[in-house]
Amino acid sequence: MTPRPTFPLNAWYVAAWDAEVGRSLLSRSICNEQMVLYRKQDGRAVALADACWHRLVPLSLGTLVGDDVRCGYHGMRFNADGRCTHMPSQETINPSACVKSFPVVERHRFVWVWPGDPALADPATVPDLHWMDDADWAGDGSMVEVKADYRLVLDNLMDLTHETFVHSSSIGNEALAEAPFEAMHGETTASVRRWVLNEEAPAFWGAQLGKPGPVDRWQIIHFKAPATILLDVGVAPAGSGAPQGDRSQGISMWVIHIPTPATDKTCYYFWCHLRNYRVREQRLTREVLQAARGILLEDETIIEAQQRAMDRNPGRDFYNLNIDAGSLWARRLIDELIDKELAEKPAVHSIPIIPAAKALRA
Amino acid sequence: MSTPDTWFDATVIGIRNLTPTVKEFRLQYPLALRLAPGAHIDVQVAIDGQTAMRSYSVVRSDANGQIVIAVKQVQGSRGGSRYMASLTLGSTLKASAPVSNFEPVYGPHHYLLLAAGIGVTPMLSVARALVAQGASLQMLYAVRSKDEQAYLPDLQDLLGERLRVFSADRNERLDVAAEINALAESAQLYLCGPIKLLDAAREHWQAAGRHAAQLRYETFGSSGRYLPQDFTVRVPRLGREILVDAGQSMLDALSEAGIAMVSNCRRGECGLCAVDVLETDGVLDHRDVFFSSREHAGGNRICTCVSRVAGTSITIEPPWRGDPDLSHTTVL
Repeated sequence: MTPRPTFPLNAWYVAAWDAEVGRSLLSRSICNEQMVLYRKQDGRAVALADACWHRLVPLSLGTLVGDDVRCGYHGMRFNADGRCTHMPSQETINPSACVKSFPVVERHRFVWVWPGDPALADPATVPDLHWMDDADWAGDGSMVEVKADYRLVLDNLMDLTHETFVHSSSIGNEALAEAPFEAMHGETTASVRRWVLNEEAPAFWGAQLGKPGPVDRWQIIHFKAPATILLDVGVAPAGSGAPQGDRSQGISMWVIHIPTPATDKTCYYFWCHLRNYRVREQRLTREVLQAARGILLEDETIIEAQQRAMDRNPGRDFYNLNIDAGSLWARRLIDELIDKELAEKPAVHSIPIIPAAKALRA
Repeated sequence: MSTPDTWFDATVIGIRNLTPTVKEFRLQYPLALRLAPGAHIDVQVAIDGQTAMRSYSVVRSDANGQIVIAVKQVQGSRGGSRYMASLTLGSTLKASAPVSNFEPVYGPHHYLLLAAGIGVTPMLSVARALVAQGASLQMLYAVRSKDEQAYLPDLQDLLGERLRVFSADRNERLDVAAEINALAESAQLYLCGPIKLLDAAREHWQAAGRHAAQLRYETFGSSGRYLPQDFTVRVPRLGREILVDAGQSMLDALSEAGIAMVSNCRRGECGLCAVDVLETDGVLDHRDVFFSSREHAGGNRICTCVSRVAGTSITIEPPWRGDPDLSHTTVL
């Protein structure tokens, strides 16, 4: 039996930051599909299967020739559609020669790819991250490769109780772990809302707000299946009206987290912190980026240790608690997408097979 | 194309005559298989007690594991269509999972689909996929006669005004060059039909300075300009004369006679089985797409997997040259 997939293929996944893709060849594994990414001369991003049609050598080891990739082994060339445009030592091109070309959309500073059925790739379904393009929001982010199932990263984000323990020196404190929360869901989204009222701000937030006294703090987590999490987070002076909708005395961040599955047990964790205060201070952008890097490293350490422990304990399931509601909704939404694909694409490996060569001779 | 990894036992659960020469087979696979537009399956056919492989485009597939193919009874066939014609309800055959080398690349450009005769089979799924994408497309369908227009109602339903049919018996001539000239520069042409049409389109496409990658075509190496006939292959280097009968490929005849050959695609695409032609008393009936028209016209080499001689004999140089004596390097 083929193991159950851990991610749907018919979805947009972030393959790279916009600035990572240029006039050179970038190799990435997205949902177990090895891809080579580059830009055409007109700037359009391209994603092709990273294995030459001829003898499977990674095309990412080759070179760009105009808008084509030239294999670094025998010089076969493929255009942005994956069609072969040159074959060595012959006057024609084999009509079957091609590599898979994956649908690509560039939006909100990310290059998104669609590893599944290209006929279903609708750019309108790219998650809305419009703050990434909005001058009222400043910030930057990065990507870290995490040696863990992407869903462990999602679990981590869908329950921010862990901030109290993993990030105690920056964004976590006791009050957070004890505050009540609400978990909600829709057709393709799951959300967790938590307010901590009239408590001391943790170190990072206190410094950002720059005002003394207790704060009202919010954390609203939005998950969009299969792999996008938007955190609407911030603090405002206690009693200044934030829970009622007036955040004008406080400061807000949209924190974007997108762990794209690379393989079943590794992911590219894209993240970005956007703020709506002191937006013209580039020094602050750098400081927040560095602080975030430190926080992410704490998460990465825990999550990779968790993956290793899971590998050492095969067959052991998680015990789920009240605090895991958000994570369970997120996983259910992912499972629904996977179920839908499995219903449309039954496994082909569940019957006895006869090696072709043997069958032909028989 | 290489030999498939996995063969399934597929049962024939429906047979219907689409035209006097085209039979449709509904095959039940043991499980449902995903397939892309333009997909074909390989099937094992028995010809004179030997197992050979043939490729047929998938016309339609259902989620319940049913796959529909259509097979034309070709006069002078190498035996594949004869074997298929011998199948009855309940027959089983070894069939591969569907593979597509003809899946459209989706984009904003215009698509022209051009099918002639049984070449209509891969176009049905390609056209359906493009219509579902809302693509700009037109289809030209050339048929021999009103009796030989398989799947015309399906295409009319799908495409309406976007389908134009050319029937030879009504003197409706399809002018491939004019159709290509009328296309926008970014347009893509998807083509499947007899080798004569493929050659004409390829030649004009190139002459018109169009991008080779925007011309997509598929051929299973099954048609030529002449009816297959028996001919003799002379191999003077080995002192051999080998008879190739009308139902057999030159490659198979040579291999069976013990002449060592290498080959891969067996449909005239890869060029591995090509040999040097020294002489012929007939005309080389090139059925491959590996050589260019210039090379075909030169007549110095022939793809033995699909191409034939319209004549009585051909004299070739085999790949065998003996082990070289490296003390006399001029031998090579």
